[in-house]
Amino acid sequence: MSKQTPLYGKHVEAGARMVDFGGWSMPLHYGSQLDEHHQVRRDAGMFDVSHMTVVDVKGRGARDYLRSLLANDVARLKVPGKALYSCMLTPEGGVVDDLITYYLSDDFYRAVVNAATRDKDLAWMRDHATGFEVVLQERDDLAMLAVQGPAARDKAMSVMSGEVAAAADGLAPFFGAQAGDWFVGRTGYTGEDGFEIMLPATEAPEFWDRLAGAGVAPAGLGARDTLRLEAGLNLYGSDMDEQVSPLESGLAWTVAFEPAERDFIGRAALETQKSAGGLRRFVGLVLEGRGVLRGHMRVLAGEAGEGEITSGGFSPTLGVSIALARVPAGTGEHVEVDMRGKPQPARVVKPPFVRNGKACVEI
Amino acid sequence: MSNTPADLRYTKSHEWVRSESDGTVTVGISDHAQELLGDLVFVETPEVGSSQEAGAACAVVESVKAASDVYAPVSGEVVAVNEQLADSPELVNTDPYGEGWLFRLKPEDGALDALLDADAYQALVDEEA
Repeated sequence: MSKQTPLYGKHVEAGARMVDFGGWSMPLHYGSQLDEHHQVRRDAGMFDVSHMTVVDVKGRGARDYLRSLLANDVARLKVPGKALYSCMLTPEGGVVDDLITYYLSDDFYRAVVNAATRDKDLAWMRDHATGFEVVLQERDDLAMLAVQGPAARDKAMSVMSGEVAAAADGLAPFFGAQAGDWFVGRTGYTGEDGFEIMLPATEAPEFWDRLAGAGVAPAGLGARDTLRLEAGLNLYGSDMDEQVSPLESGLAWTVAFEPAERDFIGRAALETQKSAGGLRRFVGLVLEGRGVLRGHMRVLAGEAGEGEITSGGFSPTLGVSIALARVPAGTGEHVEVDMRGKPQPARVVKPPFVRNGKACVEI
Repeated sequence: MSNTPADLRYTKSHEWVRSESDGTVTVGISDHAQELLGDLVFVETPEVGSSQEAGAACAVVESVKAASDVYAPVSGEVVAVNEQLADSPELVNTDPYGEGWLFRLKPEDGALDALLDADAYQALVDEEA
């Protein structure tokens, strides 16, 4: 039996096709995934992301703990509210999960980890808390909504209480703020402006209705996936996992090697990989042939060798198929993809494909 | 709920078949099938003039979710394909039994007898639900 979020009833009411995702019953779409995708790119859509795991990290040792646990460095966060995207790594340099950490104060950080990896993440975080003065608290009392799109902020603020709206209004991109028992972050997973809002679970259904009343349309996991793919944002379990390095997953920018004395989990392994060289590249592909690129298809890069698509699909904004792929170091600008036995030409590009409603690659 | 017109025949793999007055048959995918697939974004139709064996994969429909083979419901020669789907694959979602047809075959005599009628197909769909 799948778990239900506080908004389960709202999804059923809206006619959602519900599917199991990481043990949760979640909306795949509410009729048309394509319409929901366009709604977010052109106006405003809302996603129930209450299945994601919120973990508060509190205590005098919180900062030192996170500096050891995460490949990115929370010491870079100087201004309260600032968010940091990072991976947690195994000692071998594989990715345990990717997460967002908000810096609220020197003894209070809030981390948001993936739903499908919840149990593993919590166990990992607890195991590595030994020796630090830190308390981890899972916040399953909170629901979480992402409101995304060019009109998302205005529409969301129009239905927030005065205190929450004031906090939300002042946020720069990639910052979050608390307002009473609500938390609003100017973050997201779509490549559009918007908010991620954590609020008491009991208040979520009413807020959902208020957003709907303001013209924010519900969007499901399907649109969430095509939006994040266009935005060139990695999906854990598809684009990276414990068997691959962040340095081969387009995530080198999230690994803070400086200062050199910070010894985070996985550091030694990544340094060895870096000095060995020959790392595979993580690239975007635009299909020039016919069909739709899908995860696990083989990428044929001529003499450079073979790679693999890690996630692929149809880009509703661009009207062509796009993908993220891990390819050999020497891969050139043109490759072929083995599509159900037929090689089809594709062009290698640098993600993102779409940001703020605009194409970032030539079609 | 999905719509299963009584005047068509069906396959277990969710194709529908309509007998035309000129002896050919039109083939598409059922409303139930399009609903399961989600929004279609690409359709690959067979070549006009090619011969297809009953049960063999002869077309591909790709949705936002996945690629699925479409099987020839009966053996025969492909006499027409729906050219509109190249630019408007969504017709399969919006009108699966009309504008969203996939291809037309010239079947062998009596080939349709082995197919399911609407009641039998609906029973199959209900069983899967």
